Amino acid sequence: MSTAPPASAPIIRTDALTKRFPAVTALDQLTVEVGQGVVGLVGANGAGKSTLIKILLGLAPATSGRGEVLGLDVATEGSRIRELVGYMPEHDCLPPDVSATELVVHLARMSGLPATAARERTADVLRHVGLYEERYRPIGGYSTGMKQRVKLAQALVHDPRLVLLDEPTNGLDPVGRDEMLGLIRRVHQEFGISVLVTTHLLGELERTCDHLVVIDGGRLLRSSATASFTGATELLAVEVTDNADGTADALLRERLTAAGLAVEVEGGHVLLVRLAGETTYDTIRDTVAELGLGLVRLEQRRHRVVELFAENGASDDHAA
Amino acid sequence: MTTPPEAPSGVIHDIGYRGYRGPRLGRGYATRSLFTQSLRAAFGLGRSAKSKVLPMLMLAALLLPAGVVVAVAVLNQADHLATDYPQYLSGVGLLFIEIFTAAQAPVLLSRDLRFHTVPLYFSRPITRGDYVRAKCAAMVCALLVVTVLPLLVLFLGAVLAGLDLGHQSAHFAFGLLAALLYSVVFAAVGLLLSAATPRRGFGVAAIMGVLVVSQAVAKVLYELAGGHYQAGDGAAAWVYLLSPAGLVDRLVNQVCGLTPEFLGTPGPLGTLAFAAAVPAIAAGAYGLLLRRYRKI
Repeated sequence: MSTAPPASAPIIRTDALTKRFPAVTALDQLTVEVGQGVVGLVGANGAGKSTLIKILLGLAPATSGRGEVLGLDVATEGSRIRELVGYMPEHDCLPPDVSATELVVHLARMSGLPATAARERTADVLRHVGLYEERYRPIGGYSTGMKQRVKLAQALVHDPRLVLLDEPTNGLDPVGRDEMLGLIRRVHQEFGISVLVTTHLLGELERTCDHLVVIDGGRLLRSSATASFTGATELLAVEVTDNADGTADALLRERLTAAGLAVEVEGGHVLLVRLAGETTYDTIRDTVAELGLGLVRLEQRRHRVVELFAENGASDDHAA
Repeated sequence: MTTPPEAPSGVIHDIGYRGYRGPRLGRGYATRSLFTQSLRAAFGLGRSAKSKVLPMLMLAALLLPAGVVVAVAVLNQADHLATDYPQYLSGVGLLFIEIFTAAQAPVLLSRDLRFHTVPLYFSRPITRGDYVRAKCAAMVCALLVVTVLPLLVLFLGAVLAGLDLGHQSAHFAFGLLAALLYSVVFAAVGLLLSAATPRRGFGVAAIMGVLVVSQAVAKVLYELAGGHYQAGDGAAAWVYLLSPAGLVDRLVNQVCGLTPEFLGTPGPLGTLAFAAAVPAIAAGAYGLLLRRYRKI
């Protein structure tokens, strides 16, 4: 497209973006810049993610500050932005009595594609998200996973330069979740479309995103490459045998702390050990062996954003 | 249900992702597409066979009596049709027009609200105003189809039967005016009530209630006010401002000079008020619809 910014230009840029509602400030002086790739937008419910998406799509005016998507001003060029951006809503948004093909063709035309192109693109994109013969059947009979694929397909059908995915893994079982995350990576790697994906589960984004933006209460907490996040936030869950009265736990905790590891008790006989490096696994294994205990569980714990916020004070040095 | 890992071999070849380099036709085109799709949906076209039943039935119910009227006129070699054009809509046809409005206006708006499809539209180039405009235009046009077609049957029949062309043409034009006013006013009432509820059933009941009950209430109040003992343009006629159908009926009769054979508006001031009520209803409903969708 003629207005396409050069490859190095930021996909989304906000400058002191603020949105106040009568009772609440949804976005507070948010200044953030994200480039191409898969970007995770992380925040608890009510952190301002949906408000930010609405403003980026040019659907709600900001109270103050500026925003740009693909180099287009969100305040004045909303219609143009929505032509080049795809949006997958969080909630169910599919009429049950039409087929995936009918719906997506219609929505492709709503995105400005001529009728023939709309049909071709629909067939292509439904195949790419993994819907085959079932695309001719009414959506009402689809599984949650298939519905999510239709929602993704309608966001991609006009070959946007950026897609905004709002909680795309909501309601999916672990297998469906992995498939959706794989699909999201493909959208960027194979389709060449940048992705902004929101979630309140940090763990699943660690594997998918190149860059994470964390907001809370409408304020930017952090914006940095994914690697810098996971290093600071990974915890190991440790559970041992012979721990009926909790003494083994106490003993293990003491020894591990002595070995220089940060240990918390999660309850239910599980200790959370901060991962300090590859040697942490060895230290735990050796300590457990020395105490003559059996190791029931040693696993990486997926973080919830809430925990990240609780730790935020301690990890300010990582803030970008 | 599981997705087959491969489509039947030999049918689909995975040629990788292809981008789209063709034209993007923008807002105007998208709005027109939405209009066309909505107009078709109003008749159940492009939707399931079941959704075609009611609109087509109503269309048939409006056309059939017109055919009978024409047939009778031809067979009896009458010098006039058994009904005048505007009266065909306000008499025989009215109930069917009302049912069509009540059943199909929610098809255009309630479904999108109920299934939360609206965000899929608003995340595309069209604006909320474009959406409302396309839906309003589609509903008015759908009503024009069901109101004008039977008039056309009457008119063509009258021409074929060799009735006085001048008289028939003039009254056909009166009929078209009535069709336009009914379409605008009923679309306004129907869409406004549809947008208020995501439940189609509630929408149907509310629209039917407003259109039919308001008419009955107006009739009762008219009798209570002694309308029966007044001339057609007596003060009691003011109560028909309460009824969308009565309003159009009396306004058309008055403006087209069909009084006193048919009932008109209460005096010159009443004519002005009735005439002003139509654009007021249309503009009011349109404004409220825009406001309704601003929140979504």
